[in-house]
Amino acid sequence: MAYDNFTILRSTAVPMPIENVDTDQIIPARFLKATERKGFGDNLFRDWRYNSDNTPKTDFVLNNPIYSGKILVAGKNFGSGSSREHAAWAIYDYGFRCVVSSFFADIFKNNSLNIGILPVQISAEFLDKIFKAIEADPKTEIEVNLPEQSITILATGEKESFDINGYKKHNLMNGFDDIDYLQAMKEEIKAFAANSPY
Amino acid sequence: MSTSPKTLFAKVWDAHVVKSIPDGPDVLLIDRHFIHEVTSPVAFLGLETRGLTVLFPDKTFATADHNTPTINQHLPVADPLSANQLKALETNTAKYGISHWGLGNPKNGIVHVVGPENGITLPGMTIVCGDSHTSTHGAFGAIAFGIGTSEVEMVLSSQCIMQPRPKTMRISVNGKLNKGVLPKDVVLYIISQMTAAGATGYFVEFAGEVFEQMSMEGRMTVCNMSIEMGARGGMIAPDATTFNYIKGREKAPKGEAWDKALAYWKTLHTEAGASFDKEYVFDAADIEPMITFGTNPGMGIGISKKIPVSHETGSGKSSYEKSLNYMGFHEAEPMLGKPVDYVFIGSCTNGRIEDFRAFASIVKGRKKADNVTAWIVPGSHIVEQQIKEEGILDILTEAGFSLRQPGCSACLAMNDDKIPAGKYAVSTSNRNFEGRQGPGARTMLASPLVAAAAAVTGVVTDPRELI
Repeated sequence: MAYDNFTILRSTAVPMPIENVDTDQIIPARFLKATERKGFGDNLFRDWRYNSDNTPKTDFVLNNPIYSGKILVAGKNFGSGSSREHAAWAIYDYGFRCVVSSFFADIFKNNSLNIGILPVQISAEFLDKIFKAIEADPKTEIEVNLPEQSITILATGEKESFDINGYKKHNLMNGFDDIDYLQAMKEEIKAFAANSPY
Repeated sequence: MSTSPKTLFAKVWDAHVVKSIPDGPDVLLIDRHFIHEVTSPVAFLGLETRGLTVLFPDKTFATADHNTPTINQHLPVADPLSANQLKALETNTAKYGISHWGLGNPKNGIVHVVGPENGITLPGMTIVCGDSHTSTHGAFGAIAFGIGTSEVEMVLSSQCIMQPRPKTMRISVNGKLNKGVLPKDVVLYIISQMTAAGATGYFVEFAGEVFEQMSMEGRMTVCNMSIEMGARGGMIAPDATTFNYIKGREKAPKGEAWDKALAYWKTLHTEAGASFDKEYVFDAADIEPMITFGTNPGMGIGISKKIPVSHETGSGKSSYEKSLNYMGFHEAEPMLGKPVDYVFIGSCTNGRIEDFRAFASIVKGRKKADNVTAWIVPGSHIVEQQIKEEGILDILTEAGFSLRQPGCSACLAMNDDKIPAGKYAVSTSNRNFEGRQGPGARTMLASPLVAAAAAVTGVVTDPRELI
């Protein structure tokens, strides 16, 4: 599935200072029964966001109108657990384009990059600065600059750089994906596979 | 070519790199691709949208497991969404000529149980599946890991995925295991020491006397949970135990092909002097039967211990408190004697014959506690058959338990097997996340022996008292 390319994102952010947010929280298994990729945003963080009678939980950040934006800022080890890409789809479908944390689980990171969400891994210190800035002013704007590989708290100018491999950066900036790349090298793959003992 | 000593991981990985992209991932050839009903439909839809086809249909194997009922499997699936997903798998596999062991097929079962028991999983392979517990297959000396749906589409269409090469870690456990300590306890202990993110970015090799002495079922339990410390996967060097397990299984090589394969498999071990990015060494004597008290698999302790206070743990105070609040537990409380409402034995972690033998060893001659609802779910029809043939079913029935039909069941509660809100479950599965076993369910992860002890006493009980 093609996605919108990503260059510079300037947005307010939604803070979620919780550690070890696993993909069962992002989207519980009972919402994985669809055979198409649509509507997952409605069930993003379902059991943190809604009571069992489907009324919103007022103390959960996504139900707090003070916070909004295209950037989700979360505690360390975000996206652990199940490999369900539905977690990344739900985040994208809700409207986020970037998740910021001090640590990401591997599979979630891959899934995000594959569908056009940028996972930005920063130091624990800078993450704390962002949380504090949003706490002080929920309208705090954050700039995520992919070409420069930097993230900036615009009000104060505080800035940190982040890592991403050159291949994935190029893909995200141009909206390309791995499937196109692999299709282009199919003959090479067939020749390689011909020598496989399996 | 470099002559420096190689790790098991490097030998298998390097043999599969079609191309290395500078400042990017490796293009890795995949030998076996398992698919199931939940994470494959959108991948097949993607193929159609792009006008692509399946490159090597004979390298992909489908089974229905995540979303299947564990009673009355002969009847139509009642939930229309689940039925639709199962139908989609049937239609998609038929369209592209992919092997499909659907509901009712005698080979049906949990993907990570049926792959090995039918000889599809072999040493030296690369194996992927849209399921994080694909790491299970690493028990055979394969590089096996979970992938997302976009990657399922890549493998279907090109038999390759693009992966950054992970760093390597070796975890050795030396010495002899204590009485009542099962492979599940070993892995829960390792995760409790490593934390739920301690191996993120790494591929782990498990080594040392404990794993050398372990059965294939036990090795699968250990590798299965490597993802719970964040590892990309876990693997164990193949040896005589591995080869004996594989020999004669339906899809295993036979005759000359077997001899040739065996000669190669015997080369699959880490050479002396090979270096890892990280090494950890643990002592088997330090491990006792384990149980989890929190909401990630790293929050586990020896069953006789008390729940740690937050400053003794590596986690932030508010996250730790949130976790204990969810469980209804407090710092410094003992786990022994906590009430148990449900017991679940099954899943890709502990749904193999050895697990039911262990469970039966404790319930034999005892009765299920009245306050406990027990769900006993074999990992496959083959396991179900073994349970019957070995007389385990008779022991279970005599003790007041009944056997359900194979599937993932209460491990992720996609079907009707949900633990009710607020109830406590001792579960042999792999995740104690909030709501994992049903909205509001409270999970304590443990071994089949600990599950059996809870099932007959109705509270968290040290199984060593009942052995």
